[in-house]
Amino acid sequence: MDQENCLVTNDWVCVKYLESRSQELIDATVQHVWITAASVLIGLLVAFPLALLARRGKGFAGPVLGLTTALYSIPSLAMFSLLLPLFGLSPALVITGLVLYSLTILVRNVMAGLAAVPEESREAALGLGYGPGRLLWEVELPLALPAILAGVRIATVSTVALTTVGAIVDYGGLGGLIMDGLDSDFKAQVLTASVLCVVLAIVADLLLLLLQRLLTPWTRVRDAAPGGRIRDSRIAKVTEPA
Amino acid sequence: MNAITGALEWLTTGANWQGEKGVLNRLAEHLYFTGVCLAVACLIALPLALWLGHIGKGGALAVNLSNVGRAIPTLAILVLLTMTPLGRHGDLPTLIALVLFAIPPLLTNAYIGMREVDRSVVEAARGMGMSGRQVFLRVELPLAYPLIMTGLRSSTVQVVATAALAAMAGEGGLGRIITYGFAVQNTPQVVAGAILVGGLALLVELVLVLIGKWCDPMRRRTAAV
Repeated sequence: MDQENCLVTNDWVCVKYLESRSQELIDATVQHVWITAASVLIGLLVAFPLALLARRGKGFAGPVLGLTTALYSIPSLAMFSLLLPLFGLSPALVITGLVLYSLTILVRNVMAGLAAVPEESREAALGLGYGPGRLLWEVELPLALPAILAGVRIATVSTVALTTVGAIVDYGGLGGLIMDGLDSDFKAQVLTASVLCVVLAIVADLLLLLLQRLLTPWTRVRDAAPGGRIRDSRIAKVTEPA
Repeated sequence: MNAITGALEWLTTGANWQGEKGVLNRLAEHLYFTGVCLAVACLIALPLALWLGHIGKGGALAVNLSNVGRAIPTLAILVLLTMTPLGRHGDLPTLIALVLFAIPPLLTNAYIGMREVDRSVVEAARGMGMSGRQVFLRVELPLAYPLIMTGLRSSTVQVVATAALAAMAGEGGLGRIITYGFAVQNTPQVVAGAILVGGLALLVELVLVLIGKWCDPMRRRTAAV
């Protein structure tokens, strides 16, 4: 098939589309990236105090975990719609929804990371005269980092996918192109935007993996040791909202 | 607060519940999609996962399937399937998409459930002379049950949510109330639809938790100890 004609014949794969609409694709991708990044970063900022609160005792842990898990069962379309009266048609609506979803994974992983800090390390730091703030910042957080970053990776990948639903309020990044393509029966646009979305998720995951390696060089030594390869099978049990 | 009272008003208006576009019909569509797809997904995923778990192979597939599933936007699959020739067959694209997204949680959890059964218990059962079939039915399956049910729950939540998204691809279900509300810029209707969809999801999850507890094969035994 001639390259010129693929727009006319409405092919799924069309190089001409990539050339003629590159600006549109770039704009949508940029929007997708900043909505995802803002959501995960804000999610992390909210998850920390919640996790710290939750580890104070069972009285806090129950409600925090219960609430964040319940949020996870709310379908994305309903979540964004429920926020409509509060935010109107705005990026803030999409970001708020995505932050609420990311909390389930992030709070759990921050808690798991902090809980896995060896008691000896904590006692050693206390013995050295560390206060609670310095203990958290200089001892507990670095040791919890692998679990926290594992959570950030999962949250990011599912947030990239969920951002598309933001198209319902016109802030869905690549999701907007998917919906426009559906309305105008434009196959190349739908397929290109969908593939870009998956590529974006994979790239984000790899970048975060790289960050994880750079920030926690000591885990690689443990990984290489026999029996040290404890993979996050527990984390795989959580599935993402659609 | 206007939106909340507006939504309640919308929900208490009898006319909104009747007819082809009414709540009752949309709810029926939603439950039909969810039920059929869950049943099909269970028929595909559970035997496969339990068998793989029993023979102890294919772990990479079972675990990675969930990770891959997470990266794929449900909306994209719904729209893509609707635009293929399958789109001419009514509900078929939605049903296929829902089955695809219901499989990973079922498969992964059932597989992990089977693999996390204490190996020494399985060895002991073998040592007592149980056949592979007996080990599977009387030891592995009851012990893997909690995770199988977790998989069924997350899969159901996923399907209920995806069925709502099907509305964005032009299909039926309760999501249509929301998308129509957006189309005519009727915020109370959007919120009312969201309450219905969210309520359904939470209700379905609650029911599954109760069924899970009620059917637990270990329930009576732990009570007797």
